[in-house]
Amino acid sequence: MRGLLQHAVFRNPSVLIGGTLLLILLAIAVAAPLLSDVDPRQIAPRLRLQPPSEEFLMGTDMYGRDVWTRILYGSRISLIVGASVAVLSLTFGMFIGLLAGYFRWLDGPIMRAMDGLMAIPGVLLAIALVSLSGASLLTVIVAITIPAIPSVARVVRGVVLSVREEPFVEAAMGLGTPPIKILLRHITPNTFAPLIVQGTYICAAAVLGEAVLSFLGVGLPAEIPTWGNIIADGRAVFVRAPWTIFFPGIFLGASILAINILGDGLRDSLDPRMKKQVSDRP
Amino acid sequence: MLRLILGRIVTTLPVIGVVAITIFLLLRLSPGDPAAVIAGDGASPETIAAIRIDLGLDQPLLVQFGTWIGQLLSGDLGTSVFSHQPVQKLIAQRVGPTVSLALMTLIFSILVAVPAGVLAAARHGTWIDRAIMAMSVAGFSIPVFVVGYLLIYFLSIKLGLFPVQGYVAISDDIFGFIRHITLPMLALGLIYIALFARITRSTMLEVLNEDFIRTARAKGLTRTRILVFHALRNAAVPIISVIGLGFASMVGGVVVTETVFNIPGIGRLVVDAVLARDYPVIQGIILVLAVVYVAINLAIDILYMLVDPRIRY
Repeated sequence: MRGLLQHAVFRNPSVLIGGTLLLILLAIAVAAPLLSDVDPRQIAPRLRLQPPSEEFLMGTDMYGRDVWTRILYGSRISLIVGASVAVLSLTFGMFIGLLAGYFRWLDGPIMRAMDGLMAIPGVLLAIALVSLSGASLLTVIVAITIPAIPSVARVVRGVVLSVREEPFVEAAMGLGTPPIKILLRHITPNTFAPLIVQGTYICAAAVLGEAVLSFLGVGLPAEIPTWGNIIADGRAVFVRAPWTIFFPGIFLGASILAINILGDGLRDSLDPRMKKQVSDRP
Repeated sequence: MLRLILGRIVTTLPVIGVVAITIFLLLRLSPGDPAAVIAGDGASPETIAAIRIDLGLDQPLLVQFGTWIGQLLSGDLGTSVFSHQPVQKLIAQRVGPTVSLALMTLIFSILVAVPAGVLAAARHGTWIDRAIMAMSVAGFSIPVFVVGYLLIYFLSIKLGLFPVQGYVAISDDIFGFIRHITLPMLALGLIYIALFARITRSTMLEVLNEDFIRTARAKGLTRTRILVFHALRNAAVPIISVIGLGFASMVGGVVVTETVFNIPGIGRLVVDAVLARDYPVIQGIILVLAVVYVAINLAIDILYMLVDPRIRY
């Protein structure tokens, strides 16, 4: 597994570029208090809507809060949500996919349920879940995770269905290996490569999803600095103070871009099927 | 053929059933008492209890579900808690702008993305290909509300080319409609242009490797003719499937776009209902949109069967 990742990083420039951008973002999130000594919630009515200057790198918003500082702290929320949703949806999706793929009698009911869940627009499902259970970091993460699970389950199930026909699995079954051991030892490792790739895309979608929820006013409470909340606050004063939307927008777009580039790179180097396609080209 | 199509339609019924159960359970099992929300802060326990009985929330879950399904089957999506209007009427009032925006965006995206994807595949490996793919990755990553505000700032506020926000129905004034719909269409379309261009390029590259393309080239056919009539036609099925999936999943983007551009559509309706916790409206809209999603997928599958007789479900 480690060899595979090393191979992926050094062979593919996309992985390097995306990964580096993501590490920079991580550094910004961790070092937020060092990069700005202002409180992101500090209200200063006399300093409202100041354009970007030496004192206020990215201007101030309608309450006189420093946009740069708020973006710094917002990156923490975005990264926490992105990483948590990716890990949670991969975990649950993998569990469901393994069950559906390995135990044939569970396959029909589980996959029909996943089809049904997939038919519900993810954003609307998340909005409804957050608004009904009260907005907090946990409910936002759960609400974005649930719509992401079916696609993971589908991928895992597909891998299980193809791998269980392989001779080495048949051999293990023939030797009387218990199903749980076959699942964990022989089948699960085959799902890692596609899941790492899918996890990065889910992470990008989750960063966007959190921003969308906040932007629509149903995400984290308005006083918590998140990129979506900063943009939502900027809506009313957008014409006078476009920086309140542009700067958080740039950070949001750049983060999603970095994660997507990383995902593209990982897909090209980890997914053997895609690799074949690439090398087959004239 | 008719039997196959009917068979495919029957397979969608369980999915819709699952959707109904999921929506019902999610809304009922999520913490938070709708009756308390509707009664407002500081309402007496008696008032809340009365509202619970009024909404049928005191009944067992199974009975509530049965009542709801019975209503649905008779064409009743429920009544808004706040405006006291039938949900289906509220949806009907708002459906025009949303459908217009979705269809215009779809057509526009296909018109831009398919030629771009074909061009990238035809010029594979050159700077044109790289530029188109780089724009595709970028277009995939920039959120629709950021694009929307950039467009409003530069094209509407700075240059005055388009109205800042709002919506005019096509039946009222076609030129007003076009002026108002252009920016939302551009903002929402970006991600679909990126998606469709990508899939067009990769499918075209696969098809261009096939033997019959070499034959066509050897026959001395022109490049354009090979690209459009031989390659694109054979690449059509995967492209159509991604376009269909993109269209079916456009709902999320539409909700955000309607908020940015202040368009009175389904997206605004559902966000307002969520902010007001108008449960019947939320429930009704999600169900309708899920059924639309299933119906679009069904339509795509049937289209395949008609286009390519080898495909069976």
